[in-house]
Amino acid sequence: MSTHDNQLSSNEHTKFSPDMFEQVTASSTEDNEKISAPSLSFLQDSWRRLKKNKAAVISLGILAVIIVLAFSAPLIAPHNPYTQTSGHISLPPKIPGININGLNGTTKAGGTEVFDKYAQMGVDEDTYYLLGTDSLGRDLLSRILYGTRVSLIIAFAAALFDLTIGVTYGLISGWLGGRIDNIMQRILEILSGVPNLVVVILTLLVLKPGITSIIIALAITGWIPMARIVRAQTLKLRNQEYILAAQTLGESSIKIAVKHLISNLSGVIIIQTMFSIPSAIFFEAFLSFIGIGIPAPFASLGTLINDGYKTFQFIPHLMWYPAGVLCVLMISFNLLADGLRDAFDPKMKD
Amino acid sequence: MKSYLKYLGKRVFYMFITLFLIASITFFLSQLLPGTPYSNEDKLSQEQIEIMNEQYGLDKPVPVQYAIYMGGLVKGDLGTSFQFDNTPVSKLLSTRIGPSLQLGFQAVVLGTFIGIILGVIAAMKQNTWVDTMATFFAILGRSIPNFVFAVLLQLIFAAKLGWLPIALWDGGFKSSILPTLALAIGPLADSARFVRTEMVDVLSSDYIELARAKGLSRWVVAFKHGIRNALIPLLTILGPMAVALMTGSMVVENIYAIPGIGEQFVKSITTNDYPTIMGVTILYSAMLVLIILVVDILYSVVDPRIRISAKGGD
Amino acid sequence: MSNILEVKDLNISFDTYAGKVQAIRGVSFDLKKGETLAIVGESGSGKSVTSRSIMRLLSQNANIEKGQIVFDGKDLVQASEKEMQAIRGKRIAMIFQDPMTSLNPTMTIEKQISEPLKLHQKMNRAQSRKRTLQLLELVGLPEPEKRMKQYPHQFSGGQRQRIVIAIALACNPDILIADEPTTALDVTIQAQILELMKELQEKIDTSIIFITHDLGVVANVADRVAVMYAGKFVEMGTVDEVFYNPQHPYTWGLLASMPTLETATSLYAIPGTPPDLLDPPKGDAFAPRNEYAMKIDTELAPPMFKISKSHYAATWLLHEDAPAIDPPQEIKARQQLYMKKFAGRHNDGGEQ
Repeated sequence: MSTHDNQLSSNEHTKFSPDMFEQVTASSTEDNEKISAPSLSFLQDSWRRLKKNKAAVISLGILAVIIVLAFSAPLIAPHNPYTQTSGHISLPPKIPGININGLNGTTKAGGTEVFDKYAQMGVDEDTYYLLGTDSLGRDLLSRILYGTRVSLIIAFAAALFDLTIGVTYGLISGWLGGRIDNIMQRILEILSGVPNLVVVILTLLVLKPGITSIIIALAITGWIPMARIVRAQTLKLRNQEYILAAQTLGESSIKIAVKHLISNLSGVIIIQTMFSIPSAIFFEAFLSFIGIGIPAPFASLGTLINDGYKTFQFIPHLMWYPAGVLCVLMISFNLLADGLRDAFDPKMKD
Repeated sequence: MKSYLKYLGKRVFYMFITLFLIASITFFLSQLLPGTPYSNEDKLSQEQIEIMNEQYGLDKPVPVQYAIYMGGLVKGDLGTSFQFDNTPVSKLLSTRIGPSLQLGFQAVVLGTFIGIILGVIAAMKQNTWVDTMATFFAILGRSIPNFVFAVLLQLIFAAKLGWLPIALWDGGFKSSILPTLALAIGPLADSARFVRTEMVDVLSSDYIELARAKGLSRWVVAFKHGIRNALIPLLTILGPMAVALMTGSMVVENIYAIPGIGEQFVKSITTNDYPTIMGVTILYSAMLVLIILVVDILYSVVDPRIRISAKGGD
Repeated sequence: MSNILEVKDLNISFDTYAGKVQAIRGVSFDLKKGETLAIVGESGSGKSVTSRSIMRLLSQNANIEKGQIVFDGKDLVQASEKEMQAIRGKRIAMIFQDPMTSLNPTMTIEKQISEPLKLHQKMNRAQSRKRTLQLLELVGLPEPEKRMKQYPHQFSGGQRQRIVIAIALACNPDILIADEPTTALDVTIQAQILELMKELQEKIDTSIIFITHDLGVVANVADRVAVMYAGKFVEMGTVDEVFYNPQHPYTWGLLASMPTLETATSLYAIPGTPPDLLDPPKGDAFAPRNEYAMKIDTELAPPMFKISKSHYAATWLLHEDAPAIDPPQEIKARQQLYMKKFAGRHNDGGEQ
């Protein structure tokens, strides 16, 4: 056994002081069971993983900034977003203290000649439109701030509806099981056979156009994926041993549902909600873009893009700024949702 | 096999129930729509409106109208458009379905093909910069609305570079490139993300380790054992993908002036052309239900576990 | 008999968010041609990591910190991925724990078995089919001709494990690593698979590393046993030596916690839990759970003490200065049995 001979250290015959061989009682057991890795609760653990995801953290920061700015629009908007100033039509951006062509009130005419449009239009020296104005003389920055607010309100409200309807439906269907589940599943199956955009459009045609109608239209279709996921998870959890154990211990059905299911479902619910927000933002923008969304003069990101698209050939920035905000919002929500998914379900990533 | 046929029969039955319900709901919803369908209503006298109502069958009680409509539907008659020279809706749509199908098909094929490649590479190079890039690219594709993307493509490749036509549909390949790209971005992003997740899952499974233990290299294992198992579930997102394409086609066809169903739908919405709106609704639903059924059948063809042990019911 | 495999001072760690987990801390052993070595230990003791390191199939966050795995004169720790691919499945093969998940669900059995044949032995379709049939017969799968065209879900757990074994044996490997091949199976099926393994031992001259947490299984199949605890081997010897003359208190605990026909009173359970290998103890890892622990156990890890030519144990109790202690009643009974047996053997030897 050559392998071992070299491992037999000199210790074997070394002399140790006799007290080294005194027996110690095995009382240090408790000490041994101490686990040096910190033990984390599910949420703490998820938060730790989320914090490690740089993209998600940055997105969270960007979203926080956008949300705060959008919801304080009435306080910070430099101009009234609905006031049409006939003398200030289609002005280029003008930012105080910056003297770069294109950002100082100048624009190009005929492709080459640069001139100060503010001066030409006779606009006051100290009037600044940071992102310029649209073809009706409205301040683009103020409209984007207000528009973002509208888009976010619609998205959050729609997501909230998805959450309540979807979770309730899914919980009932999955928890009760049997016949009821079967019927509820058939209903879901039929509902999901209808393309949701068709339902949304029909609903919008029936209802009076406006923010509420869009929220209702989005809520009518949006809860289905949530219901699906919650049902599947509930079914899976229902047969798990700790739920069985709780039942055996005599806890009431409702109490179990609330205590165990909600805490265990919170992961998938949060993830699904996070994905339904950008999808609602997209749908609102889409509807406004094809012209059946928010009615004028109110602005949402979608109507701003639609307006901008009309004059896109001549004043592209009217489309690019709101489109940029929309894209940043969508990317941030998606990255955050992805990060949350990875954080809640570590199996998905590493 | 017998039980599978029974199961299929059941699915087809449910499919028709779904379609019947959708048609009914669409019909009654259209009854709720505000206003009359005549765009020049103000100029019409009461008498003229009555004559027109009679002509379109709108003077009959709603249940009768419903029976007539559903009866026509069985024969493939979707009613008559109020606009567009009173063309039958089915004729209107049949002339326009070609470009839409062509674009949709090209977009799905291109999008999923690139998406699969991206997804597999990302999964194989999990947690490296390649993965990060592929994932970020997929998120970009999912986040940028296709109407923004369509305009961007138009600006770069048509307006600035002048390589491709801006919005001139002639049914040829060249004029379909930009709209196809604009439509493909969604399927691309979705399938890339989906394939990556599935592939990561599959790659960590025991049978992959066993295949590695046979002495196969990582890439051979990924291709021979991984991809098939990771791609089967991709079929499940074909339905949602079709819906996304329908949505996308409305804006993309508008932006590129393509005479397709989507462009027709938007036009009908803005002109209150209810029969056409209903027709498109039913057409879209039928396509979706059919796709879901086809996916179901395909699934059982490619997955041996379902092929043999398909149970009735769910 | 010559050694087909020599593992020398193997150290493996895993990177986790909490830090480096020292999963394997200086494992050495060798494997002779044709013998079966069982590695026994509770979950988390590092037995599976040891076996996977021989195949070099460790997960990405694992590092082989030091040590050698010498197979056929070559250090596998230093081998390239290409070289490993030529060894895996051909010269060293593996059977996995869970037969329900270790076969590809969308590939026929025939394809899965013939894969290594085509890869390593460049067989054509006809040859590989012939060999596949032969293998399925060897592992006792009825109607191989018909069944090899089927998919995994059409087989029971026991049948699937037979198929996995057939895949492993396809190229007549020098070493077969069986990683808890019966753990996921029903008790009756377990017995059948063990029976099969024993039959195979006789039919083929492959060396087997049998990993298990079940000492009961070991006595049946192994020639030698290594007991693993907290990433180290604590005792190693022939089956007789470990079962009837165990020296390490952990082995005593394992044996005492195994039900036998004589077990009259309640079963013994080793108190406490294994140490956290994020921060391995500096002394004997078993000391906190050891009722015979001495002061030195908490300060200095014991070396491997040699008891016989084939029997080693890592406990300070074997040091010449250690006080004589009184092992548990059950162990003493075992040792007495061993003395008889051992004496008997000596007599046999004398007669020849």
